[in-house]
Amino acid sequence: MSRPEVVIIGGGPSGLSAAIELRKRGVSRVTVLEREQQAGGIPRHTAHAGYGLRDLRRVTTGPRYAAALVRSAEKEGVDLRTGITVTSIADLPDGLKADAVVLATGVRERPRSARLVPGDRPAGIHTTGSLQQFVTLHHQNVGRRAVVVGAEHVSFSAVLTLAHAGCEVAALTTPHARHQTYAALAFAAAGRRRIPIRTGVDIAEIIGRTRVEAVVLTDGSRIECDTVVFTGDWIPDHELARTAGLAMLPVAKSPVIDSGMHTSQRGVFAIGNLVHPAETADICALDGRHVATAVLDWLTIGTWPEAVVPIEVEEPVAWASFDARGIAVRVSEIVTGQLRLTHAGEVQWISTEREWLPNRSITIPTTEMKASRFPYAGPRLRIDVIR
Amino acid sequence: MSVVSDQPFDVVVVGGGVVGCAVALLLSHHRLKVALFEARNDVGAGTSKANTAILHTGFDATPGSVEARLVARGYELLRDYAPGAGIAVEPTGAVLVAWDDEQQAVLPKLAEKAAANGYVHTEIIDGNAVRELEPHLGPGATGGMVVPHEYIIDPWTTPLAFATEAVANGCELVTGFRVASARRSDDGTTELTAADGRVVRARFVVNAAGLYGDELHRAMGFDGFTVRPRRGELIVFDKFARSLLHRTLLPVPTSHTKGVLVAPTVFGNVMLGPTADDIDDKEATGSTRAGLDGLLAKGRRILPALLHEEVTAVYAGLRAATAHSDYQLSAHADAGYVCLGGIRSTGLTASMALAEEALEMLTGIGLTAARRPADELRPVHLTSLGEADDRPYQSGGSTVCHCERVTADEIVTAVTALVPAHDLDGLRRRTRAVAGRCQGFFCAAEVCALAARADGRSMQHWMGAS
Ligand SMILES: Cc1cc2nc3c(=O)[nH]c(=O)nc-3n(C[C@H](O)[C@H](O)[C@H](O)COP(=O)(O)OP(=O)(O)OC[C@H]3O[C@@H](n4cnc5c(N)ncnc54)[C@H](O)[C@@H]3O)c2cc1C
Ligand SMILES: Cc1cc2nc3c(=O)[nH]c(=O)nc-3n(C[C@H](O)[C@H](O)[C@H](O)COP(=O)(O)OP(=O)(O)OC[C@H]3O[C@@H](n4cnc5c(N)ncnc54)[C@H](O)[C@@H]3O)c2cc1C
Repeated sequence: MSRPEVVIIGGGPSGLSAAIELRKRGVSRVTVLEREQQAGGIPRHTAHAGYGLRDLRRVTTGPRYAAALVRSAEKEGVDLRTGITVTSIADLPDGLKADAVVLATGVRERPRSARLVPGDRPAGIHTTGSLQQFVTLHHQNVGRRAVVVGAEHVSFSAVLTLAHAGCEVAALTTPHARHQTYAALAFAAAGRRRIPIRTGVDIAEIIGRTRVEAVVLTDGSRIECDTVVFTGDWIPDHELARTAGLAMLPVAKSPVIDSGMHTSQRGVFAIGNLVHPAETADICALDGRHVATAVLDWLTIGTWPEAVVPIEVEEPVAWASFDARGIAVRVSEIVTGQLRLTHAGEVQWISTEREWLPNRSITIPTTEMKASRFPYAGPRLRIDVIR
Repeated sequence: MSVVSDQPFDVVVVGGGVVGCAVALLLSHHRLKVALFEARNDVGAGTSKANTAILHTGFDATPGSVEARLVARGYELLRDYAPGAGIAVEPTGAVLVAWDDEQQAVLPKLAEKAAANGYVHTEIIDGNAVRELEPHLGPGATGGMVVPHEYIIDPWTTPLAFATEAVANGCELVTGFRVASARRSDDGTTELTAADGRVVRARFVVNAAGLYGDELHRAMGFDGFTVRPRRGELIVFDKFARSLLHRTLLPVPTSHTKGVLVAPTVFGNVMLGPTADDIDDKEATGSTRAGLDGLLAKGRRILPALLHEEVTAVYAGLRAATAHSDYQLSAHADAGYVCLGGIRSTGLTASMALAEEALEMLTGIGLTAARRPADELRPVHLTSLGEADDRPYQSGGSTVCHCERVTADEIVTAVTALVPAHDLDGLRRRTRAVAGRCQGFFCAAEVCALAARADGRSMQHWMGAS
């Protein structure tokens, strides 16, 4: 490997950051393949502020953040190719031969159909993703009165976008007992506009033959609206990962990785929201910087872990994966207790007793742990909650 | 009062579903002035867009029935027509699975019935053989019957190809025209009036109005059947489920319904359904909690691993069921009228045979139809949407809809075609755009923007603003 070639699939925050870091660390050929006409990923269409805190150390809007990453990638000499959909990592486009592949294909929100919400199928049903593209990239109005399904960070992002597009929000709904975002964001987006958060309910039915007319909630109440936005409920865009036969986490539906972002297949790494659905963009960007170390070790001395196996979890812990800061964890319901990490039965880390929220990013910071255990892989790691 | 055409048409076909489109196509091959009137803004947007998309051999039809004859004939006609027109067909075959002794005991009778229908290729096999054929099948299958010629077909391109070829050959397609009333004049023509007052005259009328066939029949002055919709809800699973089965997994049918099946689709997905509920509302194509839960329970038994995959789409279609167990076909010389009614659950397969039948009935009541020479006719070839066929993205060009790998060119073609898409749903049926696992999360806005640029209408129109 005289002039090793790294191919990164996905030009969002994680992929671009990995590319920038690898170039900075002297890898001569780094190619990013992005299927959209513009690189930048999801932040391109989230117009409000809230990006860049942990990686750029300043807060900016999504489009500015995306543009900044693209500019640095270009400045660092990353070979950025857009409008290219990768359909197989074994058979890369443009005849590319990679010594290392980094998957950074991101996530999407489960659409209405995947959530099996019954009822009519009229126009006016969105995910936050489609909503923000209509509003931010194409300056369209979407409707007059919306119900937002979900009450996690992204749900409030959807509220801000709807407000910007002049669409009143009738309510947010969540099956849980409370919303799952920061109090400040909930207030800035919803509280200040007196938007009710309907807790303990799901959407039972959508009504409207051509255009949404109302939703019926599982408590039997009905909300008149012409727009419904399904938010959160993330699923990784894992098509390439699965097609390549990578080991997958059953609940997160993301590729199994270790703390170095190695997957179960030699030479293939995975980062960003593909491996932890979903964290904020800055965390994904830090993943990109973080993976560079393992990629370089692989390219220069061929380091590869013996086995990459999942971290064991016990309900209500839904899944656990790695990010640049440590271990990313999600719980499936509101639970009060101590979150605990054990390795071969030995406690490595334990939290104070507190309340853990579903859909809310939980990180076990590996920096606080016994350094001798690094790099951590999955075997014999286990996470549970002591109630 | 506005008139669609000064001269009366020789034949007006009412209803642009797969049946009406097939009739229009065959008539367009003759020296006739033909028109196809469709109430919606597009062809194939009724029951024809929401079925299980199986090209049936007719093995389980009632021997001697009109349906049995026309399904068998339609199967051959459509199978042979499809490849040239760009309608994807996959020769998957099917296996009927028995889950207990009672069902097992029915299999020999079904094989006999198939033979009585002229289909002699069924083969009864034991539980082990079934599992060998379909290793992902749930536990408990006692045996099965292989029906090697039950194929799967693209239900969206079928009516579209028929209509496109009909229009290419001079048939006039009028959408947004719901025939509300009919009046026979002294000059031997029928005047059809739309809800909005527009009028059209025809020497002969063909009723292919599907769910509304009974109402049109009455408007034409006849009685005899009433359509009671039988709703079928369906769940489409992610393409990752496609490797779980090789062929369609059929249940042992009952007198009421063919039952819930698991079938691959030509688009590379797997479909679970349909339910069968008699309802009163002819537009109630929504899904229900009970329906979906019931399907999942059945799916879990038939193909347990299916439930681990994501759901891509949910939809429902309405069968034009009547109190009669057979199609309701009739010809009325005095009225210059042919009725193709009660085409319940096999109309996609039978469509081209129904067209032949309609032409025969029309000539039987006085229509003179001379076949046009082959060199005068224009065949169509649409781009196949079949996952097993070559797809445009494979020969380059950026994709817009990433899940289904639809190129920008395909979008533009679909909205500027001879029979163009008028809304996002029509665009989806022509290209598969926004029909994939993300359901538009990534591409809906870009697809609407492209369509708007290509046909000059607003993005709001393509977003379905009303
Ligand atoms: C509505 C919404 C609001 C958000 N708001 C905030 C916020 O305020 N602050 C914040 O920090 N984070 C926010 N996030 C999260 C943030 O956008 C994501 O964390 C971040 O974009 C993830 O980065 P990524 O690189 O992992 O994935 P993505 O940004 O999703 O990028 C993945 C890229 O891979 C490309 N790709 C996928 N498959 C292929 C393929 N086969 N071939 C080629 N290319 C491919 C995609 O086109 C995409 O560009 C929000 C997310 C959403 C959806
Ligand atoms: C759940 C389900 C599964 C099925 N599975 C299969 C299968 O696997 N294989 C198979 O071969 N068949 C199957 N079928 C049956 C098949 O879909 C139908 O038989 C076929 O689509 C009927 O076509 P059509 O043209 O008669 O009706 P439609 O598609 O309903 O077309 C009738 C058209 O007439 C129009 N119309 C109505 N009234 C008027 C009016 N007054 N003026 C103008 N236009 C009017 C309507 O708008 C409509 O577009 C299934 C059906 C269902 C519901």
